[in-house]
Amino acid sequence: MGGTIQGATGTWEMVIGLEVHAQITSNSKLFSGASTAFGAEPNTQVSLVDAAMPGMLPVINKVCVEQAVRTGLGLKAQINLRSVFDRKNYFYPDLPQGYQISQFLQPVVGAGTVVLDMDDGRTREIGITRLHLEQDAGKSVHDLGPDRTYVDLNRSGIALMEIVSEPDLRSSEEAGAYLRKLRSILRYLGTCDGNMEQGSMRADVNVSVRRPGADYGTRCEIKNVNSVRFVQQAIEYEAQRQVDILEEGGVIAQQTRLFDSRKGETRSMRSKEEAHDYRYFPDPDLLPLEFDQAWVDEIASSLPELPDDRKARFVGALGLSPYDAGVLVAEKEVAEFFEEAARDRDAKAVANWIMGDLFGALNKSGLDIARSPISAAHLGALVDLIADDTISGRIAKDVFDEMMKTGRPPAEIVDQRGLRQVTDSGAIEAIVDAVMESNPDKVAEYRGGKDKLFGFFVGQVMKQSQGKANPKIVNDLLQQKLSG
Amino acid sequence: MSTSLTSLTIADARAQLGDRSISARELAESHIAGIEASRALNAFVSETADRAIADAARADARLAKGDAGVLEGIPVAIKDLFCTKGVLSTAGSHILNGFVPAYESTVTANMWREGAVMLGKTNMDEFAMGSSNETSYYGPVLNPWRRPGDNRDLVPGGSSGGSAAAVAAQLCLGATGTDTGGSIRQPAAFTGTVGLKPTYGRCSRWGIVAFASSLDQAGPMTRTVGDAAIMLKAMAGYDAKDSTSVDVAVPDYESVLEDSVKGLRIGIPAEYRIDGTPAEIVALWESGIAWLKDAGAEIVAVSLPHTKYALPAYYIVAPAEASSNLARYDGVRYGLRVDQGDLTEMYEATRAAGFGAEVKRRILIGTYVLSAGYYDAYYLQAQKVRTLIADDFKQAWQKVDVLLTPTTPEPAFGVGEKSDDPVAMYLNDILTVPANMAGLPALSLPAGLSSQGLPLGLQVVGRAFDEETVLRVGRALERAAAFDGRPAPWWRSS
Repeated sequence: MGGTIQGATGTWEMVIGLEVHAQITSNSKLFSGASTAFGAEPNTQVSLVDAAMPGMLPVINKVCVEQAVRTGLGLKAQINLRSVFDRKNYFYPDLPQGYQISQFLQPVVGAGTVVLDMDDGRTREIGITRLHLEQDAGKSVHDLGPDRTYVDLNRSGIALMEIVSEPDLRSSEEAGAYLRKLRSILRYLGTCDGNMEQGSMRADVNVSVRRPGADYGTRCEIKNVNSVRFVQQAIEYEAQRQVDILEEGGVIAQQTRLFDSRKGETRSMRSKEEAHDYRYFPDPDLLPLEFDQAWVDEIASSLPELPDDRKARFVGALGLSPYDAGVLVAEKEVAEFFEEAARDRDAKAVANWIMGDLFGALNKSGLDIARSPISAAHLGALVDLIADDTISGRIAKDVFDEMMKTGRPPAEIVDQRGLRQVTDSGAIEAIVDAVMESNPDKVAEYRGGKDKLFGFFVGQVMKQSQGKANPKIVNDLLQQKLSG
Repeated sequence: MSTSLTSLTIADARAQLGDRSISARELAESHIAGIEASRALNAFVSETADRAIADAARADARLAKGDAGVLEGIPVAIKDLFCTKGVLSTAGSHILNGFVPAYESTVTANMWREGAVMLGKTNMDEFAMGSSNETSYYGPVLNPWRRPGDNRDLVPGGSSGGSAAAVAAQLCLGATGTDTGGSIRQPAAFTGTVGLKPTYGRCSRWGIVAFASSLDQAGPMTRTVGDAAIMLKAMAGYDAKDSTSVDVAVPDYESVLEDSVKGLRIGIPAEYRIDGTPAEIVALWESGIAWLKDAGAEIVAVSLPHTKYALPAYYIVAPAEASSNLARYDGVRYGLRVDQGDLTEMYEATRAAGFGAEVKRRILIGTYVLSAGYYDAYYLQAQKVRTLIADDFKQAWQKVDVLLTPTTPEPAFGVGEKSDDPVAMYLNDILTVPANMAGLPALSLPAGLSSQGLPLGLQVVGRAFDEETVLRVGRALERAAAFDGRPAPWWRSS
């Protein structure tokens, strides 16, 4: 199990906490009416406020607050009816105001929890310290010209939720599971699309190591890591780096570090001494953010079923194993696909088709479930065709492949290709007889004790029937006739 | 060209425009001529004569149709802290070099909607930081007033010194100012004019270059209390674009102006009698008390025990907010940029060249008081003091309806006299700052002349959003004081 590092001097334990920046799903920015759509031409989604023109003032976007509260409820967290926006002051060209409006001492959401389902079936509860609202910065573009930096302010002012975990994570696997779970919850809630490659979710990773049971070690913060894989790589690299230093008798310097995904290593960005003094103070342009419990209750009443609840239902009501249920609920779209396909059917059989054949086929063609050629209804219909003996499981695999290629309904494929299973025992008996007649030596050998030849006969009969003979009837007839 | 047109009050001009005995155009032209002849005062950063003529033509058309707004055809000057669409807006700073906004501040937009005619943008202390108008990048404004028999230039006060000088010198019928710690009232007192700082939240701050966001408030500067009432009505109102703007109805201030002050309780705060206040200021204050008493008001001694902490706390809060508000002037997007070296050098060179000494001083103070390790001792402590000051006023409102105090501890001083002594300069705000710290409305009106023949002001402070009572008491004092002093026009070039 990851999480511990065996050094020359003994065992070390990793301690990890994550600060996740999640872009809020909303049409306009946190404090301005400018659009948040991804991929627009540079500097086309910038209001006077976002560009920090003189005399411009922020006005809170209620939708963003609602999304933060919704997320807080999804994280089973405390919702603070009064919170305060602060200014975090620093100079950078992509920060037009010269400060970021954030929440420092009084965030909108307090302590909560995220439950992790580990691959080995364990669950782990990870504490959420807080969630606060803040503005995103713009983007500095350094590669458009040899000696100039360009600034795109489209992102400037977009609403982010910073979700801070407790230092409860103990391995890179757990950190990965945490990120995936958090992303799953946000997507279920519809508060963040979780697209890490578009920058909708980024993580600052705090890593330290210690002897098991000892006090926390000095931590380093790895800034702005933008994929689950990179987060895990960064943790592994950073923890090992720290262990190497400690084992040689060195001390860890508190630092902010960068992850170089090409080299797979972290390197120092600035030391504690060089750390910014952000001079936080309450933003005098904004009143404290206040709302009442009734509004929170209203949002709570509109929350969708979340992954943990859905998993419990899949296990309890549908009889899935916790592992299968966990896999199926992780992505909202998969869970919905499954529910539709499994409605009034053998849920376990549907789950097997999805987790086995469908995931495999989608993976091979680089598709996600939303773009699956096989619809949930069609997959359900395929399971029905097996259940009512219209086709055998083996034929079903061929039908599935055809469905994957063409997107056609399974019944149509079965009819057109004449794949309907033969259950007429008279017809099958004729085939069995014919096979036995043309292989008298094999019949003799079988009867002489060579049991293994049974498979040969089954194969011959199936071949003759072009795979359509009902396997159970074939088995029964062969048993009966060969032994007779 | 009639000079008498420039000596009208807004109320009189409104009447004469209304009955078409004068036109907005001739009113505008006489003021344009006055401004051109008065450049020695350096009251304007930008003169907008063409714009004024166009505005006046529009006003005349609306007046002819009987479709006049509150300020229809009234020529006004705008402090250069207000962003005005298509017109250079500098905040008195080099760092906004060449900055022409693509937008109009809410307050000025309200005024244009009500028919006001724009004469130009008035000079001011850089970013509204100053009490003498000597910190402007565009040079000091001179006070139209001089000590009789003495040719030395005096300051008009600040930071709205250009507006105050323009009103006093009859270069406009009224002007906008902004007041963060006294920037409307102190120059009003120094120039013998009326200045009103409304309740925080009464006028939108949207489009006004920010100095200290929790204190800044726009207000009118006029020659009479009645004119201040007319102008405020046009300027004020809730604005969804300013989260600190307050959604309360704007009353018709003018309609209550002449109401009697009989039975009103006037508080006289003991703590405003500061050691070293000149006897003539104390005497003027006592005259004010007597006038209101004669008018039937009840005089009540009150105590505002935390008054002495207001100025030090102000000089923590205001610079702290300013240090952050002025971070956007970085040479990246607009205004001045001194292209030099790498990014950090560009920032340093731009801000070094763009900001004057007083602005730099306040940015440094503000940065210091917000720094890790100092925040609790300075900024947080100052915010606590602010709460105590507000509580002092709340206590007082249990007993009285308004407070009466002097506006400034002294009359206008000489240009250069205090430039090297920031603390002496800051002390000028000692009587005006508490109203900002508590967000209360406060009016300064001219009530007499000093022994050296310079105007002195009295201040009336009222309850939040009770500008009506403040104006009513101001009007009673104005009537009793019958101040009619006018500076001799030494500055006129023709």
